[in-house]
Amino acid sequence: MANTKEVRKQISSIKSTRKITSALEMVAASKIKKTQDLMFGGRPYSEKVKEVIEHIASSSSEYSHPFYEERKNKSTCYIVVGSDKGLCGGLNINLFKKIVAEAAENQKNDVETSFALIGVKAVTFFGNLGGKVLGQATKLGDKPNPEDLIGLTKIVLDEQKKGNIDRVVLCSNKFVNTMTQQPTLQQLIPLSHGENKESQTSMQWDYIYEPEAKTLLDGLLTRYIESLIFQAVLENNACEQAAKMIAMKNATENAGDLIKELELLYNNVRQAAITQELSEIVGGAAAV
Amino acid sequence: MSEFKVSIVSSNEEIFSGTADMLYATGSLGEIGIAPGHSPLLTGLMPGPVRVCNEDKEETFFCSGGFIEVQPDVVTVLSDVAERADSMDEAKAIAAKEQAEKDLADNKDNVDFAKAASQLAEAAARLKTIQKLRKKI
Repeated sequence: MANTKEVRKQISSIKSTRKITSALEMVAASKIKKTQDLMFGGRPYSEKVKEVIEHIASSSSEYSHPFYEERKNKSTCYIVVGSDKGLCGGLNINLFKKIVAEAAENQKNDVETSFALIGVKAVTFFGNLGGKVLGQATKLGDKPNPEDLIGLTKIVLDEQKKGNIDRVVLCSNKFVNTMTQQPTLQQLIPLSHGENKESQTSMQWDYIYEPEAKTLLDGLLTRYIESLIFQAVLENNACEQAAKMIAMKNATENAGDLIKELELLYNNVRQAAITQELSEIVGGAAAV
Repeated sequence: MSEFKVSIVSSNEEIFSGTADMLYATGSLGEIGIAPGHSPLLTGLMPGPVRVCNEDKEETFFCSGGFIEVQPDVVTVLSDVAERADSMDEAKAIAAKEQAEKDLADNKDNVDFAKAASQLAEAAARLKTIQKLRKKI
């Protein structure tokens, strides 16, 4: 039977854990607003770039960019957006599971798989898994800078242009609301031509390019893909804080339940000890 | 058509959205002025001011580079905030790669949380065993 000292020790240790989890919950709750503001702030740019890209797709351009090229899929690169810190429930692992399932499928079909990783958790997970890692970006913080992602994006796009990668997929969590985050895989390359509704009805037209189509489209499409990745990072940040808040809230509640149970146990044990002592005294007195 | 829609966006916010009857910007081949009904144009944007004129009002924004897309009735300015240069991109690419290789070499992770979680799990498991034992008594 447990003694009172042992139970007391456990209570105090769980209490200190609860303090930590409730503090983390509050920190996450205060960060949610900021990360969401950043996420919404980034949306106009990605929407506008998307519009422009759709216009370009519907125009009858003189130059066809390699990003639009549909090749036979021999090698796929996954750009994985994970969080830098843990303690956010199943957020990362749900996403990673989805990717691992796809990677296994790829292996069956003789498709090579490589990764470009964003976030410490993604790096740790896929590093242990032992995939081919093209590049990584970590510790972007709560206020990520687009510059930090340029290097990573460039590696992937260069490999694609060289023909070493045929398909690029962006994997990240989509923010639905504070309670729900949706792990999503989005194909970046080849870019879809979109539904050419406009071009069917209207005349064929093309842009005036200044200076020339190749350089401009190259720059613009690169920027488009960068903006998608950056937006995914912002969105993932908002998801991380929301998931963290929920996870820490649950942990705090569980710790509270645990403490209640332990306190009950503590009282029972203490009472049992007193009863035993009393009966011993009574027994002793009777013997005398 | 005497006016057109203008939106100026940078990667972290919408800078301007509204209508204008004239827009001036520094394109990669020189200063351009866009009037309503301009034919479709796609060009790079050099660091410099973008002036949006509406009737007698005029607003000026500074863009450090980017792209400008012109449709007859819509003008979209995609502005960069980050300073960009190909040489800088290259250096960053190398840095990202090196970091990946370095991390593969020494595999370490923040273990603080894992420790706390395992402690909590352990405490819960111990409590359960205690409860089971108590029932037997």
